[in-house]
Amino acid sequence: MSYASVLIQFLNGLASASSLFLIAAGLSLIFGVTRVVNFAHGSLFMLGMYLAVALAPGVGFWLAVPLAALAVGAFGAVAESLLLRRLYRAPELLQLLATFALVLVIKDFALWAWGPEDILGPRAPGLAGAVTIAGQRFPAYDLFLIALGPAVLGTLWFLLKRTRWGMLVRAATQDRDMASALGVNQKGLFTAVFGLGALLAGLGGALQIPREPATLGVDLQVISDAFVVVVVGGLGSIPGAFLAALLIGEIKSFCIGLGFSKLTLVAEFVVMAAVLVLRPWGLLGKVRAEVRGAGALEPPLRLPSRGALLGLAALFAALALLPALHAGYTLVLLTDVLLFALFAVSLHFIMGPGGLHSFGHAAYFGLGAYGAGLLVHKASASMGAALLAGPWLAALGAAAFGWFCVRLSGVYLAMLTLAFAQITWSIAFQWDAVTGGSNGIVGIWPSPWLSGKTAYYYLTLAACAAGIALLWRVCYSPFGYALRAGRDSPLRADAIGIDVRALQWAAFTFAGFFAGLAGALYAFSKGSISPETLSIPRSVDGLVMVLLGGIQTLTGPVWGAALLTWLQDAVARGVDYWRAVIGGVILALVLAFPQGAAGFLRERFAR
Amino acid sequence: MTVLAVKDLSKSFGAVHAVHGVSFSLAAGELLAMIGPNGAGKSTCFNLLNGQLAPDAGAIELDGRSIAGLAPRDIWHLGVGRTFQITATFGSMSVRENVQVALLSHRRRLWSLLPLAARHGCAEADALLARVGMLEQAERPCALLAYGDLKRVELAVALASRPRLLLMDEPTAGMAPAERDALMRLTTALARDENVAVLFTEHDMDVVFTHADRVIVLAGGALIAEGTPQAVRADTRVREIYLGGADD
Repeated sequence: MSYASVLIQFLNGLASASSLFLIAAGLSLIFGVTRVVNFAHGSLFMLGMYLAVALAPGVGFWLAVPLAALAVGAFGAVAESLLLRRLYRAPELLQLLATFALVLVIKDFALWAWGPEDILGPRAPGLAGAVTIAGQRFPAYDLFLIALGPAVLGTLWFLLKRTRWGMLVRAATQDRDMASALGVNQKGLFTAVFGLGALLAGLGGALQIPREPATLGVDLQVISDAFVVVVVGGLGSIPGAFLAALLIGEIKSFCIGLGFSKLTLVAEFVVMAAVLVLRPWGLLGKVRAEVRGAGALEPPLRLPSRGALLGLAALFAALALLPALHAGYTLVLLTDVLLFALFAVSLHFIMGPGGLHSFGHAAYFGLGAYGAGLLVHKASASMGAALLAGPWLAALGAAAFGWFCVRLSGVYLAMLTLAFAQITWSIAFQWDAVTGGSNGIVGIWPSPWLSGKTAYYYLTLAACAAGIALLWRVCYSPFGYALRAGRDSPLRADAIGIDVRALQWAAFTFAGFFAGLAGALYAFSKGSISPETLSIPRSVDGLVMVLLGGIQTLTGPVWGAALLTWLQDAVARGVDYWRAVIGGVILALVLAFPQGAAGFLRERFAR
Repeated sequence: MTVLAVKDLSKSFGAVHAVHGVSFSLAAGELLAMIGPNGAGKSTCFNLLNGQLAPDAGAIELDGRSIAGLAPRDIWHLGVGRTFQITATFGSMSVRENVQVALLSHRRRLWSLLPLAARHGCAEADALLARVGMLEQAERPCALLAYGDLKRVELAVALASRPRLLLMDEPTAGMAPAERDALMRLTTALARDENVAVLFTEHDMDVVFTHADRVIVLAGGALIAEGTPQAVRADTRVREIYLGGADD
């Protein structure tokens, strides 16, 4: 690589860093003040792109960009005041869920408004050409982007450090209750900060249109990139976001420039891992003091009554007898319900007793599915061998990622798990030779004796019931108690000799194994797998199941899985814009039952 | 018999010598109070003993065995129980379950996946709870307990490992005078009966002078006086530096 091409790659990296910075800065700013991790931030970026593409033919590119950014900012402010404002007192997880519902709604809005095809944007008038740098041609527009990043950093710095409004924002970031007690108008401040963050995301998106087409898939890609940047830079630190954006932007650029574009993810992963091991709170983040008694008070876990056990046994018996009465599509749907119930229970195992809020549990579901599928496809393994081996691949993946994850907690953990899931997805999506890329793997059928719907239903029922029963039982074991002890009070757990991290790591791996089992069963039930199997929406499905059912109860995730699977099936078949419908339903449920459905029922009727 | 021997313990944070050349020892069954004005180095000293911090220099020996620089959980397994200034218990568990977890940890049974934890060591847990007067509330979740009761639960949890040494950070902070006395009398009885050495920090001089067998005084990171409560009370340097003339 010559000196000149090194320079060009370096400049390329700076240009992408600017765009990464815009989105990460907004995310960080919003989190700092409202303590909400805005999942929909990538969607706001996407909205900025589409709006700019749509406006540019009419008003010209240079006017379209600020207009799109302002429109997205206004949308953010409205969404905050109508929706999120009602949820600031709700548990953190439900806030995240609400912002994810926004992701679904915005995606379908974009689909409805602009259609499924990618739309190419205009070149920037005046900067459409290239300049010659060290004998190589470099887009003039990218030079503009390079200058923009530091300009925005400077503006934000001025706004936060030198204005009265910025002082209020910083005060609220440090201690919002105190700021409120001193008479700061929280409502207005929160709405304004959310609007500003959204504006930055919209600006980032709008500025991106001369470089890449507007596309529907960009939202989740951007949000996971932004999470990586924020985790590396330190949550709440704007200069940290800038530094991390530079680092990640350069790494991506050099990996692509050197012809190792497939190594990009690996390099990104290595950097993130190194930063997290050396500085778990990010490059410029502040060490967060352990919050005492933070979050909602966890409910006790009582041994089930005889009646409850009988009820579960009766449910199992009914499920076992069902094929005799009814066959056909119901069994296919119930097979899905069962394996998603196992998936949801495995997620609940780490989220409830473990207190580890994973936003990327589908990675292990997908690893199980791909592990089983690849064994059948590449090694012509039998179904039995594949079903047994798939979960082990998932456990291996969970052990590798979990080692990093258990070093973090709270929203950091959520972001990191999501980033790992996105990395796993990208590998499945990009590694054509092994995973079949976007087409996935087809022809994963069960052994002949299990190929009937009824036979496969029985296999799924047996495996899932056993898995769920084991996961539940472990909650009552010394291991489960120690896990809850680490969640309730890490300080006390450490003081009575409990190695909290090691336990959490083991629990993460254990849960990964069962998510993998669900994934392997899924692969054989569908006959094919694609990267969808481990995409972020699947992870969020798991979260929705757990939270809809109520995280406080052991059985909640099962009801949540049944409800969501049925809902998706019923809605996806009948409605074009089913994502928006599901998003709307989630929003309605979150607003109506901030404690989850089972939690609501219990509170309502247990007195 | 000496349980804890501390020699020339030092710890600095940057240019600040938080603890400097502190030496003292503690015998089985003895209650030793560590006092000193704010910033004297009490907390640092405590955190060095319980493993939250590693010393820059000096030795900490428990029954002749060095524990300096070990992790808190390893120090616990060697027989050091702790209570916190602000109580830390497992809020989602009942009082009995809190003790059961400590018993399970002591027996290194936390990694077993199938037995029911709630059936483990009920009798022993109840015996410990009876010892601290919390048996009647064994079934209640810790999240619902009164503050003074939480302190008792912490004591029962700390005793689950049959400790040689009990570290109590401001055991009576935030309690009413009658409660303070009851808790310290209980601690004294436990120390005598179980032959446990107790080291506690305390701001309340009544508690110190009523219940401690011996007192050590820290100021500016150094140990400036040591002796019986009466001797320390009479020490002019202590009166000067610590009591600041305020006689109580």
